[in-house]
Amino acid sequence: MSIAEYANSAAGNPSAKAEGLAEKISVRNLDFFYGDHRALKSVTVPLYQGRVTAFIGPSGCGKSTLLRVLNRMYDLYPNQRATGLVTLDDEDILSPSQDLNLLRAKVGMVFQKPTPFPMTIYENIAFGIRLYEKLSKPELDDRVRVSLERAALWNEVKDKLGASGLSLSGGQQQRLCIARTVAVKPEVILFDEPCSALDPISTAKIEELISELKDDYTIAIVTHNMQQAARVSDFTAFMYLGEMIEFGETSTIFTAPNDRRTHDYITGRFG
Amino acid sequence: MTEHHTVKAFDSDLQELARMVAEMGGLAEKQVADAVDALARRDTALAQRVAAADTQIDTLQREIEEKSVLTIARRQPVASDLREVVGALRLANDLERIGDLAKNIAKRVIALNGEFPPPKLIRGVEHMTDLLLGQLKAVLNAYARRSVAEAMAVWRGDEEIDAVCTSVFRELLTYMMEDPRNITFCIHLLFCAKNIERMGDHATNIAETVHYIIEGKPIADQRPKGDTTTLAALRKAGEV
Repeated sequence: MSIAEYANSAAGNPSAKAEGLAEKISVRNLDFFYGDHRALKSVTVPLYQGRVTAFIGPSGCGKSTLLRVLNRMYDLYPNQRATGLVTLDDEDILSPSQDLNLLRAKVGMVFQKPTPFPMTIYENIAFGIRLYEKLSKPELDDRVRVSLERAALWNEVKDKLGASGLSLSGGQQQRLCIARTVAVKPEVILFDEPCSALDPISTAKIEELISELKDDYTIAIVTHNMQQAARVSDFTAFMYLGEMIEFGETSTIFTAPNDRRTHDYITGRFG
Repeated sequence: MTEHHTVKAFDSDLQELARMVAEMGGLAEKQVADAVDALARRDTALAQRVAAADTQIDTLQREIEEKSVLTIARRQPVASDLREVVGALRLANDLERIGDLAKNIAKRVIALNGEFPPPKLIRGVEHMTDLLLGQLKAVLNAYARRSVAEAMAVWRGDEEIDAVCTSVFRELLTYMMEDPRNITFCIHLLFCAKNIERMGDHATNIAETVHYIIEGKPIADQRPKGDTTTLAALRKAGEV
């Protein structure tokens, strides 16, 4: 199914302005299995270049599973498999010949709980860069600084780069993780409930960051906070019981969704 | 809405808002009917009661605004819930304007103070009022029942009020030309007719809001227009 067909199909939103937007990642008819359990059922969804796509839905609907497919995180676990087509710039992500290290450098991920390494703030950033690139000390310093600036953390940590990453507050740790993700120059960033453990001010900083990052990256965010999806995303995908129920522009989804189930979920009538 | 919110207090907030709008609608209907009644029966006392009762409508409008703002702040409504709240705000505005226009008719009755036009001249205005009250009732029903079809019927039906307004206008103009002593009450009557025509416009606004609440988008059609008083005035002026 082409993206134009998808946008006009029942599952897609007819008003979704897919025209003129490049599809960075395409998910087509994706099925995912945890052993025998089919967690994703023929999911089709685009991630547009330079746009934020939010995935919403009740717990267990498959949104985190979908995110885990996009950088093949599931490969770390036995008995989990994905079938269907997932492409990043027309390259098949699911192909067995896919270089996973390269894929994960291109598709970075930020998790629900901040996961800084037990090392200095500087090393938290530099560690990942060294895995992929050989940089001179000044170049590395520069990259660390730019990454921390990008993550709106530089001013808060520039005088204590030698301090442990774990000494930072929760919100700062999460921004450190974003800096770490940005440092390896990914093309896509996946956020899996990045703010659910943070206070409102830290949440606002992360949201501001997401809107700044979207100019340069393609972003997907899974969130349980509907208002957050409404605030940060350009497109919203509603999933339920492993199915993609509705995909469309966020402005449409939150004012006049097409599907009854989307409506009931976002208005707090179930879930 | 058939399905309830998980948070039941949200349901009662929205129900209470809708109830307040319905109450305001009922008050507005009564004010219009009483105002024109006062005009037809030359009842200055009734007119005074109508003028005084307008504050009730104003108070309700303020309460609806407060309730809406509070609901937005506390519940962050989206989709149909958001449209319910925004719709209530808009409906309250239109109903408040209808109340003001009814009050204006009542004030004109008081101003006429016994000097009353012959009944045959009032008949046109009464006819307009009957049409308007029908529209108002229908559109408030459409809101209560969340019926797009009924709202659309009101939206299309405004043309008739406009057409009667134009003919009342012509009639009064002729009457004023016949005898300049008729001018004072004819002018008042003219404003009354125009007020009712305006109320009709507010009824169509309400129909549009009801459509928006239900469908989530504005009405796509072009509305038929029957009010040609502006053109008629120009034409008459040319003839004189």
